[in-house]
Amino acid sequence: MNVIETTGLGKRYHQTWALRECSLAIPAGHVAALVGPNGAGKTTLLNLTVGLATPSAGVVTVLGGMTAGSPGALDGIAFVAQDTPVYKNLSVTDMLHLTRNLNRHFDGGYARARLGELGIPLKRKAGKLSGGQQAQLALTLALARRPQLLVLDEPLANLDPLARHDFMATVMATVAENGMSVVLSSHVLAELERVADYLILVSGGRVQVAGEVDDLLAGHRVLTGPASDSRMHEELAVVHERRAEAQAHLLVRTGGPGDAVPPGWEAHPVGLEELVLAYLRQPGAAALPGPARTKNAKPTEVAR
Amino acid sequence: MTTLTTPAQPGQHTPRPVPWSKLAWVSWRQYRVGLIGALVFLGALALYLLVMGLRFHSAYASVTSCHPASSQACQDVASLFGNQYFITAEVSAVLLNAVPVLAGVFAGAPILARELDTGTFRFAWTQGAGRIRWTLARLALPAVTVTVTAAAFSQLFEWYYWPFFASGMDSRFAGQFFNLTGVAFTAWTLAAFAIGALAGVLIRRAVAAMAAAMAAWAGLMLVTYAFLRRHYLAPLLSKGAGVPGRGNNPAWVLSQWWTGPNGRPVPSNELYGLIQGAPKGPTKQVGPDSFQTVVDPFRWLTQHGYTEWTSYQPASRYWPFQWIEGGWLLALSLLLIAATIWVVRRRAA
Amino acid sequence: MTAMATSAQPARGARLRPVPWRGMAWVSWRQHRATLAGLVAALGLAGLYLYITGLDLRHEVAAYGEMFTANGSGKMEMTPTAALLQVLPALIGAFVGAPVLARELETGTFRYTWTQGFGRERWAAAKLAQIAIAVTVVAGAFGFLFSWCYEPIIGVRQGLSPLMAITFDLRGVAFAGWALVAFAIGVLAGVLIRRVVPAMFATLAAWSGLAVVTGAYLRSHYEAPLVTSGFRPLSAAWVIGQRWTLHGKPVSTSAVDHVLHKLGAIEAAPGVFGAAPSGSGQPGGGFGQTASAASPSSQNVNPVPYLVHHGYAQLTTYQPASRFWPFQWIEGGWLLALSLLLIAATIWLVRRHAA
Repeated sequence: MNVIETTGLGKRYHQTWALRECSLAIPAGHVAALVGPNGAGKTTLLNLTVGLATPSAGVVTVLGGMTAGSPGALDGIAFVAQDTPVYKNLSVTDMLHLTRNLNRHFDGGYARARLGELGIPLKRKAGKLSGGQQAQLALTLALARRPQLLVLDEPLANLDPLARHDFMATVMATVAENGMSVVLSSHVLAELERVADYLILVSGGRVQVAGEVDDLLAGHRVLTGPASDSRMHEELAVVHERRAEAQAHLLVRTGGPGDAVPPGWEAHPVGLEELVLAYLRQPGAAALPGPARTKNAKPTEVAR
Repeated sequence: MTTLTTPAQPGQHTPRPVPWSKLAWVSWRQYRVGLIGALVFLGALALYLLVMGLRFHSAYASVTSCHPASSQACQDVASLFGNQYFITAEVSAVLLNAVPVLAGVFAGAPILARELDTGTFRFAWTQGAGRIRWTLARLALPAVTVTVTAAAFSQLFEWYYWPFFASGMDSRFAGQFFNLTGVAFTAWTLAAFAIGALAGVLIRRAVAAMAAAMAAWAGLMLVTYAFLRRHYLAPLLSKGAGVPGRGNNPAWVLSQWWTGPNGRPVPSNELYGLIQGAPKGPTKQVGPDSFQTVVDPFRWLTQHGYTEWTSYQPASRYWPFQWIEGGWLLALSLLLIAATIWVVRRRAA
Repeated sequence: MTAMATSAQPARGARLRPVPWRGMAWVSWRQHRATLAGLVAALGLAGLYLYITGLDLRHEVAAYGEMFTANGSGKMEMTPTAALLQVLPALIGAFVGAPVLARELETGTFRYTWTQGFGRERWAAAKLAQIAIAVTVVAGAFGFLFSWCYEPIIGVRQGLSPLMAITFDLRGVAFAGWALVAFAIGVLAGVLIRRVVPAMFATLAAWSGLAVVTGAYLRSHYEAPLVTSGFRPLSAAWVIGQRWTLHGKPVSTSAVDHVLHKLGAIEAAPGVFGAAPSGSGQPGGGFGQTASAASPSSQNVNPVPYLVHHGYAQLTTYQPASRFWPFQWIEGGWLLALSLLLIAATIWLVRRHAA
């Protein structure tokens, strides 16, 4: 089952396209990281998947074919928006009560226990909590709904490093226990590197990279060699090139691990951050499953 | 060891504060839509007053041009004029009391309340202008606007209601028209604004601040109307029938009572009992289906040793009272605005 | 690390029962209890004043009998009070109605609320229905109290028509209707404008416009008005218009003025005649239409008999006092329909709202 599947999805606000020609298929059971610069369209994409916005073009379905925003979708997806909105004049207990009343499934015992562990006082008004505490509250409410898919929009922004670690540990534990899928966005990749096993890179309103992290890393490498060697560009699928005096570092897409290394060049494996940066610097490049706009005709494998 | 010294720059001085004009521009930009909406609404109201006022004036012109004024026919003309227009005029006058409170509360309370509620004060108060200048600048433009608008409405209302004042049907002094005329209308509007501003900075939630400000203003108005105003200057006492200044410039009668032959005050139901027991005079038709028994209560009672007393404020005190009320309202407004600034200064983010 | 309890998940693909409505009862109450408390307090205070006034009024009527109602002093007191109370529905709309949705949209909490399992349309419908019912009930009680309070003086022969604009919409079902439509206008403004204070202002303006148009134009036409000759209808009737006709056909006031001018008089208001200001030079030129009004010193022709003799007739259109309740039901009815329409439009807009 694909937790999120989009075909040609686009969203326009007045005259500007915030998201365009977005085609994704995120399989269940993954922790998907949605990364990209500010204003790239991440929030728009997430809003479309949870039913807060309707598409201007294309289709989006969730949880194996349900329409985004339908009652079944609302039931199975828990969403925490950017800056974690809560009712500022309600107490924490009231927020628990509120979430219970508005949903079919709510594990109040778990929520209260977790809040106790985090040291969030139940009687305090939600508006008086610190930013980090509000974020933890919002996450707790979302997890207590026992969703099939958890969608988080920039959840780590307000958290200190320890809290971030704790947050992600909780998420990962839940994923491990009941196979919850997660999609979370961030513009800081380093934090997600350890946990994400699916990557979506959005830049300028378009999806540049989408695929399992393992596959992506296996499918790219860095070749280091003499800068003067210009024939490389015709033969290899070069994503990005960096020159330093006499040396050139090329980030290339490979057909597989068995691709031969050209003589005079060295091959290194590529890290996720380096990969993302390279693609961000080359807006025209893309690594997408299925027919995609790649520099040459070698598509990467579709992960299903 | 050489010490590092910074040479004094020629002409260096403490930085100039951000000029008021720039702050005013910011205020204007933020409130453009609101101001224009309010002006449209008030414009519609003013148009209504204009149209109705013209009607009143032209109808009244024929009342005044009727001669002789004391004839029965002319009295009928006057009473018909009253029946036609009086209720409409009175109603619109009462409703006009809404202008000060709405203008003040909508303009005053949300400014600071929203800034504090949404957290934008963390941006605004750390700019170069500083929080006090910022607050004053934000309050200044709406304050001036509502005051000027109120003054204009006050003038318009005086013109609109003039026929009813001139004919003696209503008095500027007594009752509710005092706060719609003179300087009182403007002063009450400014007071509403100041109450709103203080409520906004204390309560920090726009809707609650507006509600609290309205309630506070209404309470103040009620207390003034019912108790305070009559005592600005010690009332005069008059003995005997009639009150000085009747006709079209009546005094403001605070209370009237009768004392019996022994000098003690007579309660009013006993009074009515006495009048009912008095011999009745001829019956007079005052309308198509209403008759009145004509007993001259004053003559009968005075003949039997009763004295009427009236406590009143003479009509000549209208303007002194206006200045007194306007004065203390202005002082209150300034006090409240000063309190607002003080709260802004002391408030920790 | 607390572990989440695992249990068998229900078959998710099956048709889902909607989350029960009663959950929303607590939600609406908890979020709006301050507003509703304020509403009850404000109407309660006003109601207390009316109760005391009502008792006073009855006491005075009992003590002084006919003299009291005859000189209409109670009426004088009622008019300003009634005028002041007119603003209550508008305030209800602005303070209770406008913030409901506008606040969610302005603060962004809709991103939490509308992604819960309950669903945004049902959430909106439940919340709006609950508050609307509360407003209608409280307003209905208040309208009843107002009617009770001024019952001794409205409609008695002193001539306060029950259909008079200033008291009509404070009594019976009309007050509840006006409060409800104010609430409906408020929530619609809230979802359109998405900011609380501008929505409040828009609500006040829109409601005022509707109330003025209804009082000034609509209400007089709920049923075809009756017409009577002469300019003096029954005292408790509500006069809508007065005009002249010539031989049965309506004639413009300027034509009548022209005729009057030749006599040296003008008609300043229907039935109010005065001397032409340009001074046709005749003293005692005031005329009324009651028989006894002819001034003894008048040397002029009373224009009314002259006009009647020439085929002019005075006609008054009015609504009789007996039509009070039919009009109440008509007004209450269309206000209710309009409110439901506006609330339905609001829910539809909630559905269509894009983040």
